[in-house]
Amino acid sequence: MQYGDVMKKVAIIGVGCSKFGVRNDVNVAELAFEAFKPSVEDAGITPKEIEFVAVGSTGAGAWYEELLPAVVSAEYCGLTGAGLIRCEAACASGSAAFSTAYWAVASGQVEIAAALGIEKMREIDTPTMMEWIGRAGYYLWEFHNFGLTFPAYYALYATAHMAKYGTTEEDLALVAVKNHKYASMNPIAHLQNRIIVDDVLSSMVIAAPLKLFDCCPVSDGAASVILASEDKVKELKVDTPVWVAGVGFASGTANMSKRLDYVGLEASVQASQKAYKMAKITPDQLDVAVVHDCFTIAEIMAYEDIGLCEKGEGAKLLREGQTEIGGKIPVNVDGGLKAKGHPIGTTGCAMIYELTKQLREEAIEKSRQVPMKNYIALAHNVGGTGHYCYVTILRR
Amino acid sequence: MATMPSIKSREIKIVQDIPISKTLQFWESLKQGKVLATKCKRCGKLYFPPVADCSECLASDMEWVELSDEATIETFTHVVVRPTTFQPEKPYTVAIGRLKEGVRVLAWLTGFKLSEVKVGMKAKLVAKITPEGKPIYEFIRPE
Repeated sequence: MQYGDVMKKVAIIGVGCSKFGVRNDVNVAELAFEAFKPSVEDAGITPKEIEFVAVGSTGAGAWYEELLPAVVSAEYCGLTGAGLIRCEAACASGSAAFSTAYWAVASGQVEIAAALGIEKMREIDTPTMMEWIGRAGYYLWEFHNFGLTFPAYYALYATAHMAKYGTTEEDLALVAVKNHKYASMNPIAHLQNRIIVDDVLSSMVIAAPLKLFDCCPVSDGAASVILASEDKVKELKVDTPVWVAGVGFASGTANMSKRLDYVGLEASVQASQKAYKMAKITPDQLDVAVVHDCFTIAEIMAYEDIGLCEKGEGAKLLREGQTEIGGKIPVNVDGGLKAKGHPIGTTGCAMIYELTKQLREEAIEKSRQVPMKNYIALAHNVGGTGHYCYVTILRR
Repeated sequence: MATMPSIKSREIKIVQDIPISKTLQFWESLKQGKVLATKCKRCGKLYFPPVADCSECLASDMEWVELSDEATIETFTHVVVRPTTFQPEKPYTVAIGRLKEGVRVLAWLTGFKLSEVKVGMKAKLVAKITPEGKPIYEFIRPE
């Protein structure tokens, strides 16, 4: 039997996404509602029809006050009574929740499930946020005595990639310039300002060689995805179901010192290969991709790790404009984590939201609608610094 | 931060007591200027950071071995924007170095100008006691 062959067909029938940004106007449950309501309206169902809910959220009790965001949000959204779980896979928690909801339907146990990504990151000050996220990795061996921050972890990758492949700080800046451009066309993006390479190069150093504009913002945001079985899709007469074609997953060591190298994420390689195998496709068949660009270097490594180009050629692919609309494989045309924003437990669900809109040819702004040929899209979501990885392939 | 109406949550202080009884010799040896690793007596796998249990063969029979001090720097960063509990520190350089035994160590790198630090250069791994009396290990300039 092939990987994933036992799964029943599962479709995305509804999606919703809140405005990303500093959302001190809402609490965690109110934010969840903003994403959830449009997703059920999109699906044409009521909350009571949802049998199982998986919530992706990371900061419960740390950077926001509720320890059980799944129950708080479920009650607020009219979901009480459904099966409920919170999934943690750091910055890939949203994808972990999406996969969990997918498995609930694919196994045949339920007909309709929801994946909700919810994150409130702006209720505490920035140094404390740096502290919490820096602790995510191996607190005892890498944070306690050495104070690694998340930008610093990715800076370790940037230094090594630059030394081995000649990637430059200007190349990194091009990722930010591209993603800010698309975010400026996306009304729900956190950062909507267009920037140029010099803005990135002259921004303050956070963890060398990464500068302020190499880093994603700290964002609040929520996203919701409704999944249904093939029978339900027929019963509800869903006109444009988007099918889950492949789900791949893998993990990496807690200690950065135990990784194979610092020029890519092995978990991304493994997860993407599994997803391609399950979907029975090759990377050249993709029409559009969203990849995990929490820092600019992460997008360049992702191109290489998920097979959009050869290892070491990520910067070249970017320089040639191949990852813009009109290029070989447009990437992060919603603005990416870099500019749309990265509410960390939400991101995986927000990626599915964007790809569903793209595959249905309903991108919010027509200027960033990718032309579809095969109607196949890929989401690549990393947790931590390659600690977790989920890759999802969707097909209309 | 909050410019919208809000209420303050109740304040708590969190300090965890992290058990180190199974790796106590590591922390004690730092005070004697030695950086130790553990080696599985059954399968021979070497571990840094030290562990009490072997994730390779699942044996729990380890021996302590002293590491060489010669490291090759594989990557590094200079941390300028620091987290809350590192605010009193000056910006610091963190590096990952590979020792000749094959294990890697992540630690601060001191004694160099940032512009001198290169991937592939040699550094020396040393154990020391911080001015606050805390045992620690770091990379320094080789003699």
